Amino acid sequence: MDTLLLLLWTLVKILAIAVPLIVLVAFFVLWERKVIGWMHSRHGPTYVGKGILQAFADTFKLLLKEVMVPANANGVLFRLAPLLALAPAFAAWAVVPFQDGMALSNANAGLLYLLAMTSMGVYGILLAGWASNSKYAFLGAMRSAAQVVSYEIAMGFALVGVLVAAGSMNITDIVNAQAGNSGLFEWFWLPLLPLFVIYFISGVAETNRAPFDVAEGESEIVAGFHVEYSGSAFAIFFLAEYANMILISFLTALLFLGGWLSPFQGWGWGLLSEPSMFWLFAKAFVFAFMFLWFRATFPRYRYDQIMRLGWKVFIPITIVWILAAAWFVHAGWFVAGA
Amino acid sequence: MKRAVEYIKSLFLLELLAGMALTWRYLWAPKVTIHYPQERIPQSPRFRGLHALRRYANGEERCIACKLCEAVCPALAITIDSEPREDGSRRTTRYEIDLFKCIYCGFCEESCPVDSIVETHIHEYHFEQRGENIVGKAKLLAIGDRFEAEIAERKAFDAAYR
Repeated sequence: MDTLLLLLWTLVKILAIAVPLIVLVAFFVLWERKVIGWMHSRHGPTYVGKGILQAFADTFKLLLKEVMVPANANGVLFRLAPLLALAPAFAAWAVVPFQDGMALSNANAGLLYLLAMTSMGVYGILLAGWASNSKYAFLGAMRSAAQVVSYEIAMGFALVGVLVAAGSMNITDIVNAQAGNSGLFEWFWLPLLPLFVIYFISGVAETNRAPFDVAEGESEIVAGFHVEYSGSAFAIFFLAEYANMILISFLTALLFLGGWLSPFQGWGWGLLSEPSMFWLFAKAFVFAFMFLWFRATFPRYRYDQIMRLGWKVFIPITIVWILAAAWFVHAGWFVAGA
Repeated sequence: MKRAVEYIKSLFLLELLAGMALTWRYLWAPKVTIHYPQERIPQSPRFRGLHALRRYANGEERCIACKLCEAVCPALAITIDSEPREDGSRRTTRYEIDLFKCIYCGFCEESCPVDSIVETHIHEYHFEQRGENIVGKAKLLAIGDRFEAEIAERKAFDAAYR
C-alpha cells in the first residue's frame, strides 16, 4: 500500500513537471517566433487568437497528420528514434531543483545524471538519421553526432569546474554553495566566467540550435535528421529540442547564476533579497531568450569552424580554468561544500 | 600584432556581441509590416492593374478598332478582329487580352487615341478555370462599366501631368 502511494505521489510529481513543461514549450515556440520576428522588423504570428494560440494550432495540425514511414526505412528504429530523443529531454528534469528541497529527486550524483541525460539525446538524432534511409537525414545525423561529441567534452569540463568550486555533485548543494551576503557576486559566474560562457555556448551546440544547427541545415540538407518525419513523430522531435533548450537555460541558471538565490541577497532589500523560485524562472527566461537572440543574430557556422571552436578553443580554455578553479579552492577563495 | 588583435577580438567574441547589439536595437524598432488584407498602402492613380474597356456617356463603346494597342503590345497579349457595324462605323468583333502574357506595362492605355482601353486599380483577381486568363470584350466592357466613375476620376487627376 505504501509503495503504491509512493508510486502515485511520484507520478503526480512527474506530471507536475512534465505537463507545465509541454505547455511551456508551446509558448516558448510562440515567443521564439515573436522575438525573431521583432528582431527582423516583423510582427511574428498575429492571427490565431492574436497569435497566442498559434503554437497550439500548429500542434493540433501536426497531431492530426499522418506519420509517414519511408518504404526502405527501418520501421522499428524509425519509430523509436523520436521517443529516444524525447525521453532524456524530459528525464533530465528529474534532478532539477526549483527551490531548496523542491526537486523530484535530490540525487547525490545529480550533475553526473544530467551529463548522462543530456548526452543521451543525440542517440535519438543518430537513429532518426540512420533509420530514415535518406542521405540528407544521414548527413544530418553524422554532423550532429560529431558536433555533440565534441561539445560534450567542453560541457563536461565546464561542469567539472562547477563541481570543483562547489565540492558537490548534488545540484541543490551546488546552488546553496553560491549563497552569500554579496548577492550576485557570490555566484559561480564570476570566478568561473570562462566556464560559464563556454557552458552556455556548448549548451547551444548540444541542442543543435543556431548558430550550431548544421544537423538541420535547411539550406544544404533540407531539414537534416528529421527530414523524413511528419505528423506527431516530427512534433516529438520538436518538443524534445525545445524541452532541451529550456533545460539548458535552467541548468545554466542553477549552476552559474545561483538558481533560486536572490541577486540582492544580504543587501537588506526586504522581499527582493529573499531566495525564491521566481528568481530561477527569471534567470532561466533570460537564457531562453539568449537562444532566440542567437538564432536571430548569427549565421550558421561552417562545419570545420564548429570543430575548430570546440576542440581548439573551448577545450583548452576549460582545462586551464579547471586548474584555476582548483587553485582558487586551494587558496581558500571558495570553501568547498559550504 | 594585427593577428594578436584579431585573436583577442575573436576570443572575447567582440564581433558577435556587436551583432547582438544590432539585433537588440531592431527588437525595439518600430515594425513596418502592413497587415495586408486589413491594412493597405496607398495606391497611385497611375497604378496599372486589370484592364477595362470604357464607353462614352451615351453608352457607345469608345473603341474604334484602330489596333494601335495590339501593335504596341510588347507581349503580344492583345488580339483584335474588326468589322463594319450596320451603321457603317468600324467596331471590334473580338477584343481579347491574355492576362498571362500581359506584363502590365500600360502601353495599350498610352497608345489608345480614344481612351478606351485602360488599366484599373484592380490587382487582386484570380482564375478558377483554364482559359479564364483570356478576357474577352464583354468582360472588359463590364469591368469598364462597373468602375467608370473611378477610372474617370483617376484619369482627370493624372491629366495635368501628361
